[in-house]
Amino acid sequence: MSDTLLKVRGLKIGATVYPPGEKPHDIDIVHGVDFDLERGKVLGLIGESGAGKSTIGLASMAYGRGGVKITGGEVWVNGRDVMKSGLKDIRKLRGAEVTYVSQSAAASFNPAKKIMDQVVEAAVEQKKFSRKDAEQRARTLFAKLGLPDPDNIGERYPHQVSGGQLQRCMTALALCPEPDLVVFDEPTTALDVTTQIDVLMAIKEAIADTGVGALYITHDLAVVAQVSDDIMVLRMGNTVEYGNTDQIINNPQEEYTQALVSVRSIEHEEKPPTPEPVLTVRNITARYKGTNFDVLHNVNVELHPGQTLAVVGESGSGKSTLARVITGLLPPRDGQIDFAGRTLSGDLAGRSLEDLRELQMIYQMADTAMNPRQTVGTIIGRPLEFYFGLRGDEKRKRLIELLDEIELGEKFMDRYPAELSGGQKQRVCIARSLAAKPKMIICDEVTSALDPLVADGILKLLLDLQKIENVAYLFITHDLATVRAISDSIAVMYQGRVARYGSKSEVLSPPFDDYTDLLLSSVPEMRLGWLEEVVANRKMESAGN
Amino acid sequence: MHPIVKLVAQRLALGALLLLAASALIFGLTEALPGDAAQAILGQAATTESLANLREEMGLDRPALTRYFEWLGGIMTGDMGLALTNKLDIATSIQSRMANTLFLAFWAALISVPLAILLGLIAVRYQNRWPDKMISGVTLASISLPEFMIAYILIFFFAVKLFWAPSFANISPSMDLLDKLHAIALPVAVLVMVVLAHMMRMTRAAILNVMQSAYIETAELKGLSGFQVIARHAFPNAIAPIVNVVMINMAYLVVGVVVVEVVFAYPGMGQYLVDAVVKRDVPVVLACGVIFAAVYILLNIFADVVSILTNPRLRHPK
Amino acid sequence: MMKNIPLSAMIGLVITATYFIAAALAPIITPYGMAEVVGDVWEPSSAQHLLGTDQIGRDLLSRMIYGGRTTIWIATLATILSFVTGASLGFFAAVTGGWIDMALSRLVDLFMSIPSLILALVILSSIEATVVTLIVLMGLLDSTRVYRLARAVAVDISVMDYVEAARLRGEKLKWIIFREILPNALSPLVAELGLRFIFMVLFISTLSFLGVGVQPPLADWGGIVKENKEGINFGIGAALYPAVAIATLAISVNLVADWVLNRTTSLKGGRG
Repeated sequence: MSDTLLKVRGLKIGATVYPPGEKPHDIDIVHGVDFDLERGKVLGLIGESGAGKSTIGLASMAYGRGGVKITGGEVWVNGRDVMKSGLKDIRKLRGAEVTYVSQSAAASFNPAKKIMDQVVEAAVEQKKFSRKDAEQRARTLFAKLGLPDPDNIGERYPHQVSGGQLQRCMTALALCPEPDLVVFDEPTTALDVTTQIDVLMAIKEAIADTGVGALYITHDLAVVAQVSDDIMVLRMGNTVEYGNTDQIINNPQEEYTQALVSVRSIEHEEKPPTPEPVLTVRNITARYKGTNFDVLHNVNVELHPGQTLAVVGESGSGKSTLARVITGLLPPRDGQIDFAGRTLSGDLAGRSLEDLRELQMIYQMADTAMNPRQTVGTIIGRPLEFYFGLRGDEKRKRLIELLDEIELGEKFMDRYPAELSGGQKQRVCIARSLAAKPKMIICDEVTSALDPLVADGILKLLLDLQKIENVAYLFITHDLATVRAISDSIAVMYQGRVARYGSKSEVLSPPFDDYTDLLLSSVPEMRLGWLEEVVANRKMESAGN
Repeated sequence: MHPIVKLVAQRLALGALLLLAASALIFGLTEALPGDAAQAILGQAATTESLANLREEMGLDRPALTRYFEWLGGIMTGDMGLALTNKLDIATSIQSRMANTLFLAFWAALISVPLAILLGLIAVRYQNRWPDKMISGVTLASISLPEFMIAYILIFFFAVKLFWAPSFANISPSMDLLDKLHAIALPVAVLVMVVLAHMMRMTRAAILNVMQSAYIETAELKGLSGFQVIARHAFPNAIAPIVNVVMINMAYLVVGVVVVEVVFAYPGMGQYLVDAVVKRDVPVVLACGVIFAAVYILLNIFADVVSILTNPRLRHPK
Repeated sequence: MMKNIPLSAMIGLVITATYFIAAALAPIITPYGMAEVVGDVWEPSSAQHLLGTDQIGRDLLSRMIYGGRTTIWIATLATILSFVTGASLGFFAAVTGGWIDMALSRLVDLFMSIPSLILALVILSSIEATVVTLIVLMGLLDSTRVYRLARAVAVDISVMDYVEAARLRGEKLKWIIFREILPNALSPLVAELGLRFIFMVLFISTLSFLGVGVQPPLADWGGIVKENKEGINFGIGAALYPAVAIATLAISVNLVADWVLNRTTSLKGGRG
């Protein structure tokens, strides 16, 4: 047997789509891709949404989601062309020679069955192990993957363990039948950074220990750089660049790859605080209606005119709740908010039109933040007539100005949101908030639903607009790279409290508190060996303690 | 206490409350609207005086609330009073008619439920191919026709033209089972047709919903056969939605029974109810109405309890 | 716009329109009067009587057209009543929330816990069945379904970020309901309108067939079945014509409703 585990030649994948109101037609998703994967090696497939990377991964198991089918080319697994295999042989391949780890373990586990039953199922069904041996192997894998109580965790149901744990169980499920190849499809994307690093390390070690080959699919180049031997960069179903990890990261040849490598490297020089902050949040404590615990405890932050305060934290840290309190959607239980020299009412109903106009908000999902039945002109034009009473030509003139500022232009005026790309939608939302001539804009995870390059464009735009309009941003995010790129001051939030607060340089320089240290060191860096370094450091520290 | 026991108990208590409220609503509706039993007996031409006398005689002059609780107490203990029109004991009349109605509904359910689930599975198996399309076509046709129309079409062809089954479904206790089944063949066929299409379509939707879950993909990627995927992974999660579908359709059956019995002059509860409505025999209408409503509500409670009991998140709390 | 209509919807539109026009023009287009006895009992179809005559010798085609007029009128008005009541209460409950929403929703739950045919029968045992009482009865009973849909749709929309954005902008309730919520709620409601109309046609036909709906001498489709049902046993299909009429009308309206629903969901991200 040769050492080539997976050989793909001229792979073409298509799908039949059924757009409502139109005739069903075929589209091409992947236009001819070649690669080889040797036994025990890891190939990273990277690209933005729509690049076809998951589709290629599943094709190695001769599987297509929905109407997706392989339309041409060859896929050789262990020396057999799966395209020429019958369904019976393909079934013997799936779950035995090739296994799969999906992005959402929570959805991929059957809620009605115990974890153990699902982890050993393929191994037993494919006659790789007896049930007893398979369970023993599963428990070993649970331990290896760092799951708590590895001897008994299999007796639980999927909803009884946490998201990070379930993702590791999914990895155990894939490794249990001793496959030759595992397809990892964005296995850490849904996790918080501090959890991601653990799962990532667990996966990496498990790959090394079992000698399995892997396809590692992700949109995050920094992540894939940690685990893969080779990387293939994909864009809209085509190969952009294919080489070893060192070459792709340190010496990318293609412009697109270079852009991906240098993403989030915007340099932003921190501005000194001014004497008069535009927003002062004092001792804010808040809880949601009908609950009996506080989600914010005694929060104090300041934001200066024309500057950016980044509020950073993981899910459940209370960062979005803080935004709701400042906007007046959630009246605080205690504390006070001063804005532009006056004290704001805690309740939205108690705020003046001037308060509302000067404090604007941009949402994470631009899709749902715009009324799908209104044109771009109506969406951006409404604040103009509502706050300033602009009509007719005056309004139109200002509209065109705004559309130019967000680099879209007059031609977008009559389009509906559905006709815009993700980045364009977010630009329209930015224009809508600028139309109110605000003193401050709350940006709630505005780039996290966007592909990295598009997100970069939005961040650059926001920084440019800040210079022109002298508007302050309260920038809520979970992504530390974004924080570095845009902020003047930073508040790190953890479990409803401000864990660390100060200017960007202060917050990002040692000595760190434990949580900030953990958070900062968990953000994947775009260089080889980063993961090992962090893990080694952490082991040393815990040994030292 | 296990949280699931608590949930089921809560649902049952809520159901009991709903039953009570529904009985009050039915009683209240006949009460609040103009006209009452005395008026019904004496007709529009009655003098105010004779009406007042009869009302006193029948106890209709007492407060509505008192009469509601008396009536409710009666229903609970099997005393439903006398029919206005023929002075017969309502409970006795209902007893034999209820047995007949249950007999009819039982056979309709026995045929339609397995058939609907089977056809639903076939529709899923051949999704977007001709068996599936045919099923959705039949569904469209069947929801476009009222029950009595389907009944007369069947009578026209099978009773009148082909003499396969009688057009009047007369049954009596003296008949043996086969004769009875022959007698109710057409009404059962109508009821089956009425609920079948709905049940198929809803079963199809329920199974498709489960089949589109990510865990089905996981099972397929384990190399399991189509049958294993369905039996091990789809079925346990499809039980609750399918039971729900079946119960909803059994509730449709309750309504269908009323009309079908009238068409076939079948001596059941439905015919009794409609007769009473035409004759304005309010005590009979109340008794039948509350029984139909109770059956409908109980079926819905049953469906809810099953879906609580089969929910793994509730069965195995954190 | 017209050229984008698929064939099925076009057929549906044409047939639906034909029925409504026939209903409106009944006195002009019918060859004979509604209650006019013009021939023998159950005459077969002939040049004079295209559909033959009924159980007392009236022209069946004329009865069918007049019957359609009654059925369609009652169903249309009941549907309008059902929509106006159900949708306004549903939107109101969704936007105000709190105890009003709670009370209305529980009341609707109660009404929906009993099949509407049973409720209708209970009520009709106490009141006189006239065209007006039937419309009010059916419209109000059915408004519970519309309430549920309207409320659910409005609640879905009112938690959307764009509605929150409008609130944060300081917009009044009027703008929020009419400019943000309503345009997005319209498509599911319009599709439901078709289904509710069909249901009303079936409902009134069933009531009339049972003898508690439209009263003679007024003709309606359910009543025509009731009057002519004895003929079935002699192999006379007079009672089956209303079946054809109801089925074709219902299917046509369904085709139109399907198209409306598809067309609106194809506005990508229609309701997000």
